[in-house]
Amino acid sequence: MNALEEQALAEISLSPSKGFRVTDYLGLLRASSVILLLIVWEVFGRDVNPLFLSYPTAIARACVQLLISGEFQRQALGSLEVYAVGLVSSLVLGIFLGLLMGRYRLAEYLLDPYVYALDATPRVALIPLLLLWFGLGAPAKIAIVFLSGLFPVLMNTFSGVRTVSASLVDIGRVYGAGEAKIFTKIIVPAALPFIMAGVRLAVGRALIGIITAEMFTAVTGMGALLIRYSSAFATDKFFVPVIFLALLGVILSRAVELLQRRLAPWKETEGAL
Amino acid sequence: MAVSLDEQLIQELALRREQRWSLYDHPNLIRAGSVMIFLILWEFYGRRVDPLLLTYPTAVAWAAVQLIWSGELIRQLLVSLGSLAAGFGASLLLGVGLGVAMGRSRLAEAILDPHVNALYATPQVALIPLLMMWFGLGFGVKVVVIFLFVFFPILINTVSGVKNVSASMVEVGRAYLASERQILFKVVFPAAVPFIMAGVRLAVGRGLVGMIVAELFTAITGLGAMLTLYGNLFETARMFVVIIVLGLLGIGLIQATQMLERRMARWKETERAVN
Amino acid sequence: MLEVRHLSKVFFEQNDSRKPGLVALYDICLTVRKKEFVCLLGPSGCGKTTLIRIVAGLLPADRGEVLVNGNPVTSPGRDRCMVFQQFGLLPWRTVLGNVEFGLEIEGVPREERRDISRKYLELVGLNGFEDYYPHQISGGMQQRVGIARALSKKPDILLMDEPFGAVDAQTREQLQEELLKIWAKTDTTVIFVTHSIDESIYLSDRVVVMHSRPGRIKEEVLVDLPRPRWEGDVKADPRFARLRTDIRESLRG
Repeated sequence: MNALEEQALAEISLSPSKGFRVTDYLGLLRASSVILLLIVWEVFGRDVNPLFLSYPTAIARACVQLLISGEFQRQALGSLEVYAVGLVSSLVLGIFLGLLMGRYRLAEYLLDPYVYALDATPRVALIPLLLLWFGLGAPAKIAIVFLSGLFPVLMNTFSGVRTVSASLVDIGRVYGAGEAKIFTKIIVPAALPFIMAGVRLAVGRALIGIITAEMFTAVTGMGALLIRYSSAFATDKFFVPVIFLALLGVILSRAVELLQRRLAPWKETEGAL
Repeated sequence: MAVSLDEQLIQELALRREQRWSLYDHPNLIRAGSVMIFLILWEFYGRRVDPLLLTYPTAVAWAAVQLIWSGELIRQLLVSLGSLAAGFGASLLLGVGLGVAMGRSRLAEAILDPHVNALYATPQVALIPLLMMWFGLGFGVKVVVIFLFVFFPILINTVSGVKNVSASMVEVGRAYLASERQILFKVVFPAAVPFIMAGVRLAVGRGLVGMIVAELFTAITGLGAMLTLYGNLFETARMFVVIIVLGLLGIGLIQATQMLERRMARWKETERAVN
Repeated sequence: MLEVRHLSKVFFEQNDSRKPGLVALYDICLTVRKKEFVCLLGPSGCGKTTLIRIVAGLLPADRGEVLVNGNPVTSPGRDRCMVFQQFGLLPWRTVLGNVEFGLEIEGVPREERRDISRKYLELVGLNGFEDYYPHQISGGMQQRVGIARALSKKPDILLMDEPFGAVDAQTREQLQEELLKIWAKTDTTVIFVTHSIDESIYLSDRVVVMHSRPGRIKEEVLVDLPRPRWEGDVKADPRFARLRTDIRESLRG
C-alpha cells in the first residue's frame, strides 16, 4: 500500500467491522463437529450391544492390542506384497498397451473390442471365476488386483496419446524428428499428465481389488481380517483394518499426486476418464 | 456458385484422390476378424481342457438359452435392478440435497465436510461385512451398500458444481432482483446440473459394482448370487452367461446416463467429473 | 532461392475422401530472393497458412512444386524453419529446453546446444528466463522463445505463420521492431504470414496480396520504404499511407 492509498483509506475512515461472524471460525466449527461426533458415539456406543456397535476408546484399545501382538503387521505386509505385484504389472502393461493402441491404429482395432468389453464389465463379477481358475492363494489375488488397475491406466494412456494435438506433432516434424523421436519427445511427455491421472485412479481401484479379493478368499490379509472379526462379532477390532485401509488409500493417492506434480509440473491436472 | 467454381478448377487440375482400398478404412472388419479368431481359438482350445475350469463359446451360448428359457436369469436380473434402483434413487435425492446445502452454505460445509471426507476415503467395500452384521443378508443390506457406493460421487460433484457457479451468474440474478430461492432454482441449480450429471455417470458404474459385491457376499438373490452359486457348482458356462449379462448391463446403463447427460446439459460442452 | 511453381492444393471432404471440397490454393507462382522479407497478406481462408505449411514441408502439394535452392521440397528440412501462430512451445520443457529442442533432434551434444541456445535467448532478450516453463511467461515472451528456437537452427528461410497474432497490440509492435533488428543481423530470408496491412508494410520488402475461393495471388506490392524502419516514425511517412491505401484497395477488389 503506498502513501496515497493509505491517506485515502484514512480519509474514508474505514476499519474492518469487529462483529462476531460464524464464518470467521470455520476451522473451529470443523473440529468441534468431529469432536462432538466422537463424544456422541462414545456415549451412545457404550449403551448399545457391543456386538453391533463399538465406540472410539474400544477401537483404540483394540488397535493397540493388535499392533502389540504383531498379527496385524504380518497380515498387512502380506496384503501389501500382493497389492504391489498386481499393481506394478497392471501399470506396466496398461501404459504399454495404451501407448500402442493410441499410436497404431491396427493395434487399436485388433484390441479395442476386448478392452471395451472388459472395461464395461464390472471386474468384481470376475472374482468367482478367477478364484475357480487360480485357487484361493496369491495368484488369484494378484490377478484381481491386476485387472482392477489395468483398465484405468490403459484407457487414460490411450486417450492421452489420442489427444496429443496435431500441432505438437508438427513442431517435431518441422525440426526434423522421425517417428521414434516424435514418440519419445512429443507423444509420451504430452500424454504424461493423462497417464499419471490413470495411475492415480488405478492405485485406488487396485486397493479396492485387493480388499475384495481377500474378503472372498478369507485366508490371509486385511480383507480376511475384516471377515474374521465381523463373523466373530469383534466390532472394535473390525474398525482397525478399516481405518488402516482408509489411511493407506489417502497416503497412496497423495503420493501419486506428489509424483504427478514432480513428473508433470507444466500442467495442473488433466481430467481422468 | 463458388462450389461450382471449385469443381471446375478441380477438373481443370485433373485432381482425383486415388482410391486405393485400405484395410484401415474398415476398422470394423479388423475388429470382427480379431473377435472371430479369438472365439474360434477359444472353442477349439476350450473343448480340449477340463470343462470344470474352462468352458467354450458354444457351451456358453447353450447355457444362456437354458437360463433365459427357465426364466431364472430374468427373475434374478429384476431383483438386482430393483435394489440398484432403490439404492441409487435414495442416493440421488440425499446426495443432491446435501450437495446443494454444502455448496451454498459454508456453515453446512464446515460441519459436514470432515465426516464426508473420512467416509469417502474409506474403501467402501471394507464396510460390507459390518453392514451385513447390522442389516442382515436380505434386500435391505444390498440397498444400503449400493447407496454407500453411489452416494459420494454424486455428493462431491454436486458440491463442486454448486461452488463452480460463477459469482457473475449469481450477480445477474441479483441485478434482476431475484430472491434467494429464485437464485437457487433458476441460476445455481441449472448451472450445476452438468456437474451433477457427471457425478451420476461415475456413480452408475460404482452402483453396479456395489450391487454385485453385495450379492456375491449375501449370496441369496440377484445376479451376484448366481455367480457365487455357479462358482461353487463349477458351472463355468453359466458363470460366463451372468458375467456377460453384467457387462451388457454396464454398457447399457452407462450409455443411458450419457444420453441423459447430453439431454439435460445440452448447453454445455462436456463437464469434467470430479473424482 | 525459393521458387513456388504453379502450386495447387485441394482439401477433400472429411468423410468422403473421393469428394473434393475446397480449392485452397490455385496456381500459385512466387519467387523469393535471398535475404528478402516477404509478407503473405490476405483474409482468413485465402490459403496463406496452407501455402506456408506446404513450403515448410508439413503438407504435400497436389499440383506444382516448391524449390528451395533448386531442390524440390517433399518434407521438412534443415534449410527451413517455422515459427508457429500459437507459439508452438512444448509445455513440458523449460524455456531453455524448448530452444534446445531443434538442436537436440539434430544430435548436437548437450553442452554445445546449451551454449548455442543461451546465445539465442540473449539475442531475443530472454536471458534469465531459462528455467521458466512456457505457462509462466507472457505470450510475447513465449513467441520470443519460438523465434530463438527457430533461429538456433540457422535456417536459410524462416517461415512465420501469423507469429504475432496472439499477442496484444503493444507487445506486437515491440516484437515487430525486435524481429527487424534480429533479421538485420542475419542473412535469413523471411516469409511472414499476416492479416494486418500495417504489419505487412512495416516489416516487408514485398507484400503478396492473396484472395480466397480459390486461394490465389492477387497482386504483389513492392514496399520501397527505407530501412532501418525502427528509427523515426515510418508509419507517419506519406509513402506508408499510400501503400496502405493501395493494399486495402487490392484486398477489396
